[in-house]
Amino acid sequence: MATITEALPLTKQAPQTGIMSWVTTVDHKRIGILYTSTAFAFFLLGGLMALIMRVQLTQSNLKVLSPELYNQLFTMHGTTMIFLFVIPITVGLANYFVPLMIGARDMAFPRLNALGYWLILFAGLVMYSGFLTGDVAAAGWTGYTPLSELRFSANRGIDLWIVGLLLLGASSIMGAINFLVTVWRLRAPGMTINRLPLFVWATVVTSIMVLFATPMLTVGLITLLLDRQFGTGFFALEQGGDPLLWQHLFWFYSHPAVYIMILPAMGIISEVLPVFSRKPIFGYSFVAWSSVAIGFLGFLVWAHHMFATGISQGVNTFFMIASMTIAVPTGVKIFNWIATLWGGSLNFKPPLYFAIGFLSMFIIGGITGVMLAIVPFDWQVHDTYFVVGHLHYVLFGGSVFGIFAGLYYWLPKMSGRLLDERLGKLHFWLMLLGFNLTFFPFHLLGLLGMPRRVYTYGSGLGWDLWNLISTIGSFLVGLAVLVFVYNFTVSIVLRRGAVAGPDPWEGHTLEWATSSPPPPYNFETIPGVHSRRPLWDQRHPRIAAETELAYE
Amino acid sequence: MSAQGHIVRHHRWLSVVLLAIALLIPTATAFAGPPSPLTPASTEATIIRDLYAVVFWIAVGVFVIVEGLLVYSVIRFRRQHPEEVPVQLHGSTPVEVAWTIAPAIIVAVLMLLTLRSMRTLYQIPSGTIQVEVIGHQWWWEFRYPDLGITTANELHIPVGEMVRLRIESVDVIHSFWVPELGGKTDAIPGHTNTTAIQAMKAGRYHGQCAEFCGAQHAQMRIEVVASPPAAFQQWVENQKAAAAAPSDEAARRGQQAFMSSACIGCHTIAGTPAQGKIGPDLTHFASRRTFAGASFETAPQNLAAWIRDPQALKPGTLMPKVDLSEEQINDIVAYLLSLK
Repeated sequence: MATITEALPLTKQAPQTGIMSWVTTVDHKRIGILYTSTAFAFFLLGGLMALIMRVQLTQSNLKVLSPELYNQLFTMHGTTMIFLFVIPITVGLANYFVPLMIGARDMAFPRLNALGYWLILFAGLVMYSGFLTGDVAAAGWTGYTPLSELRFSANRGIDLWIVGLLLLGASSIMGAINFLVTVWRLRAPGMTINRLPLFVWATVVTSIMVLFATPMLTVGLITLLLDRQFGTGFFALEQGGDPLLWQHLFWFYSHPAVYIMILPAMGIISEVLPVFSRKPIFGYSFVAWSSVAIGFLGFLVWAHHMFATGISQGVNTFFMIASMTIAVPTGVKIFNWIATLWGGSLNFKPPLYFAIGFLSMFIIGGITGVMLAIVPFDWQVHDTYFVVGHLHYVLFGGSVFGIFAGLYYWLPKMSGRLLDERLGKLHFWLMLLGFNLTFFPFHLLGLLGMPRRVYTYGSGLGWDLWNLISTIGSFLVGLAVLVFVYNFTVSIVLRRGAVAGPDPWEGHTLEWATSSPPPPYNFETIPGVHSRRPLWDQRHPRIAAETELAYE
Repeated sequence: MSAQGHIVRHHRWLSVVLLAIALLIPTATAFAGPPSPLTPASTEATIIRDLYAVVFWIAVGVFVIVEGLLVYSVIRFRRQHPEEVPVQLHGSTPVEVAWTIAPAIIVAVLMLLTLRSMRTLYQIPSGTIQVEVIGHQWWWEFRYPDLGITTANELHIPVGEMVRLRIESVDVIHSFWVPELGGKTDAIPGHTNTTAIQAMKAGRYHGQCAEFCGAQHAQMRIEVVASPPAAFQQWVENQKAAAAAPSDEAARRGQQAFMSSACIGCHTIAGTPAQGKIGPDLTHFASRRTFAGASFETAPQNLAAWIRDPQALKPGTLMPKVDLSEEQINDIVAYLLSLK
């Protein structure tokens, strides 16, 4: 019996460089880069729309934008940030790092993976194509019926929005299946469930949520499209439909979507904090299983968006209790993260700055979230700027700070270059300041009675000052993002950043066991895993032998 | 009693905070202050504010403790030496169980407090005045079925009395909200929601549609006018009367122009051929301080500009531009302002 010593010939040589190599790639790392960079481009667009809106709201009775354009902008801002930025960028990071972290050579279904990415890009182009003809959705990212029905939104914008979201939903489901199969089947020897990095845990829980939640949104979108295009009446009162049905379908997806957006960021934090504290995560099992608890409870809270719709007090009470209960596993996570820092040897690099930024801002979003679950208080502040403040503390203070922590942490692995540290810290402080100046006043505005989604407001209501401060803050956030873009361009695109080497942070997990960037096959030999922190153990064999193994 | 005193003390603190905020606000012109849920003027809004006052301080407590721990650990555990290896602590089950129970207790307390106030909220007594609140793109219709009154954008209620509201919509979803008088209730086509409104003292209360409802959601505002029972009764009598006959020449010409133009297709003026049902009832138009979704003050120049080109003042409004000469516009303004 002869041993095969030559490489198997490829059926057809795939291009290795140039644009075609990116178009045809099925490498999870390249697809991860495509996802991340496309999502970041949409982040810039969504942010630009936010700045234009802030200009319009700087003072009362301004006429910078027409009501129609303002309504289009806030609709597309929300849709973009949720569906084209936060979700795809976390999918992109997971695409790049889940296979590396579990010691696999690629995702389980590489071609499905590529399809998932291209659907995102096309979905974004479909939605944005309306700007060429003025056919842009203007019913809010929530697209409530009957406002989104043909009778009240006659232009094609809503149709483009629906088709875009349907493509995104398909992409999400493909990604979720791929992640689950990959983690289930392709773990390196010794990588038991109990040793999975917490970012992988978060990806698994997120994928399960995507699988259960997305079909409900898809059903809602298809029926709305049928109503608009073929005259069915699922949500039309005159035809025996019910406009309220949409809210149930929509929120059954869109509340879990909040956790789909925050859990991956929590996963990033759970990787960054231990590495930069030089300690293991405090309470691995609690952190992992609290994700599962959040994922489960996340399906039982959707009607807390509907307290004012006239559903019965019994139903309101149920959803209030379920919503508040989520504070328990969330609180557990926060305490475990703080305990991870506690007694550590904190290495203040940009990823740690942003991870701590996540923690401190997410605490505020979590607290206001519990307040909003209180039904009578929600009757007052629902659909006001208080809610807008809350959601930005969760999704910007939480997800976006977490995503930047992930980018500073992992971009050196993806590119082989370190980002400039001083610019990274400048980015952090500008963003923290700008973020709080922009969004903290939103809580006050809500408590002063300002409803959300208004293109203008009257003078003499006491809302001008806080809106002015918010607008100033929003431009600071814009400046902070420009600092990042500059840093990225100089350090990574122009390759002037310091060479990262395989493991610039003294990482714990397997992605740091290979070169930066990793070769197409990831690892020369698939590593064996004996603990939760295989790389830490290599560096500290003596301590590892004493403590690490005892804790599984 | 002591619990009561405790809550009152919280209010004083809250008032100090609010006052500090208010001092930063340029002097209000049209209204006494911001339409804030924190300056309640009804029993319901007060119950909600009281609940908020307790929740606010619990939230502040949680915030201070958790952020304090975070800030302390960030300052205290800064790396001292590059080679430092801290104690590799993997967790502690008793500690983790403790901080699972702690938030559970806080949340349970909040639930109980909330359920207690929910029990007392919106206990609507029978035999009260009833108003049908109907949301339209982008104005509010108020009908008093027992009194035979139909009006728009300004809801009149007697001070102290609880008024039952039946909230509906003829087109998309709106939400009726007057912060100082209580929480919001959605107006959903095909669903009738019931709530109640009450004001403890006379005054004008600003409100606004709170559910995004299309192009002019921002200018779908509400004024609630709470007056002492006698004044309310006077208002009722005035509203029940037929439209005033035009008394001067301009108003008479205005009436003629109105009745011979497209206006009557949408508007009703009781006792005249104008019986349209799409736009607001104008029978006592001039008795209202504002018009077009409580967005503009009822003043001759505003009204003339509005009739000349509604789209210029409120882009997207369903009121079309009607072809009228300047004289006709001025006459119609005179007529409408005579409809006290």
